[in-house]
Amino acid sequence: MALSNKTKAVLLGPLNKNNPIIVQVLGICSALAVTSKLEPALVMAIAVTIVTAFSNVIISMLRNTIPNRIRIIVQLVVVATLVTLVSEVLKAFAYDVNKQLSVFVGLIVTNCILMGRLEAFALGNGPWPSFLDGIGNGLGYGWILVVIGFVRELLGSGTLLGYPIIPKSFYEAGYQNNGLMMLAPMALLLIGVIIWIHRSQNKELQETA
Amino acid sequence: MSLRNYIDKIKPNFEEGGKFYWLHSTFDAFETFLYVPDTTSKSGVHIHDARDSKRTMVIVIIALMPALLFGMYNVGFQHYLAIGQDVGFWTKFFYGLLSVLPQIVVSYVVGLGIEFAMAQMKHEEVSEGFLVTGILIPMILPVDTPLWMIAVATAFAVVFAKEVFGGTGYNIFNVALIARAFLFFSYPSKMSGDQVWVRTGSTFGMGKGTVVDGFSGATPLGQLATTDAHSFADFSFRGITGQPLTTSDMFFGFIPGSVGEVSTLAILLGAILLIATNVGSWKTMFSVFLGGLFTVTLVNLFAANAAMEMPANYHFLLGGFAFGAVFMATDPVTSARTETGKWIYGFLIGLIAVTIRIFNPGYPEGMMLSILFMNAFAPLIDFYVVDANIKKRLKRVEVKNREK
Repeated sequence: MALSNKTKAVLLGPLNKNNPIIVQVLGICSALAVTSKLEPALVMAIAVTIVTAFSNVIISMLRNTIPNRIRIIVQLVVVATLVTLVSEVLKAFAYDVNKQLSVFVGLIVTNCILMGRLEAFALGNGPWPSFLDGIGNGLGYGWILVVIGFVRELLGSGTLLGYPIIPKSFYEAGYQNNGLMMLAPMALLLIGVIIWIHRSQNKELQETA
Repeated sequence: MSLRNYIDKIKPNFEEGGKFYWLHSTFDAFETFLYVPDTTSKSGVHIHDARDSKRTMVIVIIALMPALLFGMYNVGFQHYLAIGQDVGFWTKFFYGLLSVLPQIVVSYVVGLGIEFAMAQMKHEEVSEGFLVTGILIPMILPVDTPLWMIAVATAFAVVFAKEVFGGTGYNIFNVALIARAFLFFSYPSKMSGDQVWVRTGSTFGMGKGTVVDGFSGATPLGQLATTDAHSFADFSFRGITGQPLTTSDMFFGFIPGSVGEVSTLAILLGAILLIATNVGSWKTMFSVFLGGLFTVTLVNLFAANAAMEMPANYHFLLGGFAFGAVFMATDPVTSARTETGKWIYGFLIGLIAVTIRIFNPGYPEGMMLSILFMNAFAPLIDFYVVDANIKKRLKRVEVKNREK
């Protein structure tokens, strides 16, 4: 299946130059809250990707029938339904992770990325591009979460997905896990570092002082 | 002046087109460190005095020397007290020197390494800001902090507290305190409690021995935070072997604590130098103590436990209060810059530090947090001070106009 240039841009743009977290600076709250371990970050990334993709498709199909004045509430109903579905699936098949994510699964409803994509894209485009846009934005959000979760779990707990990575001999030699990594401020700093690297690679994104 | 000649001889290599041009920042840093730069403006009226920022930094370092040297001696003093050996003055001092010197070296190598690399990358001059920070970092840490932690914290502080804001003179937060805060939140077991303040192991094979019975390495403030005495009268500060601590012990600094903070006397000597040379602002220092005194007096009136009953003189003698007031709060980059602002800034530092100490047993020492907190507010204080001044003068103009 060959993708045209336009659909490619829709799908891949959010991964890099139009990233929801590091360029549009949306969805920061959950990026700080669920990334202290890699596993919840992964699950959150998948959940948001699914919800964004399907809410985009549904809203896109309904876009000509939704009266403009009540569109926000219709969007909320659609998103809330999908989030409830995801939440129930998590409770049934990944209870531990669901507990770690706590309220943040429910709070996907209020994630700015979702409403942003619905308003900016799904209301003006067909279902297929909207689906790709949702996947792209969900993955763009997701890879940042995974990178932050990777660094925080590795340096903060010495594990990855719960498996010990840092060898015992390190601890015996005096190495200690970094407690600051487990606190939200460090996640914000890590996002800052990613933005720093990203902006230095993409000079056109740099704001002029 | 053979050194001068040598520098002049090798200088062309580092100028534009020379083979070591990529190291020009490094060369420039060493040249201006050794000699006063001769690049002055040739026309117009420019008045300079000899106080450039390198000179200022050197004065601060000299002012830190009494506290550092005494801190080294105290490291040895506490160590030999803990292992119950009676040794001479110089043995204690050398033990402390050998314990603290590697920390200073690590802090300087890491910090200056990053500074030089950054300056080279940005094709700028190396700024001298790290000279003071590099010596402050080991002085505000417990002596038992592992070297690799100091290296990590220094790197973190230099990059995230300083370079991202634009380097020396642009940082919002005190760099040395950020290094300490990083360690404090990252490795709490190495930065608080009663295991870290006294070095009980041997240093380069010196001072081997086992700890005597009844040893406890808690700092006086740590003891106060964990005491179950109901009133301050029932409570007494203990040294590391259980001996009672007198006020003079606290004043001269024979107490466990971070390397530089223990001796109030040595800090006082540094403060005199800073004030006499006009490098540190006496207003900031004085108002920190004023803020502390105000809060302690207020809390004493409504005291309900030993910590709340402790009189102000203990607050000033113990922990990092004096050190923070003299060397941290007065940092010209991060403190308030208006003269009225300095009073407000210092007063609030003292107030918050004492409040954290008394009301949060989890943090026996509040000086670091309070200074960092007020660093964030210093620009706001300045803004309102300047704003108030503008309003006052506008009013004066209006009154004058009406009189006409």
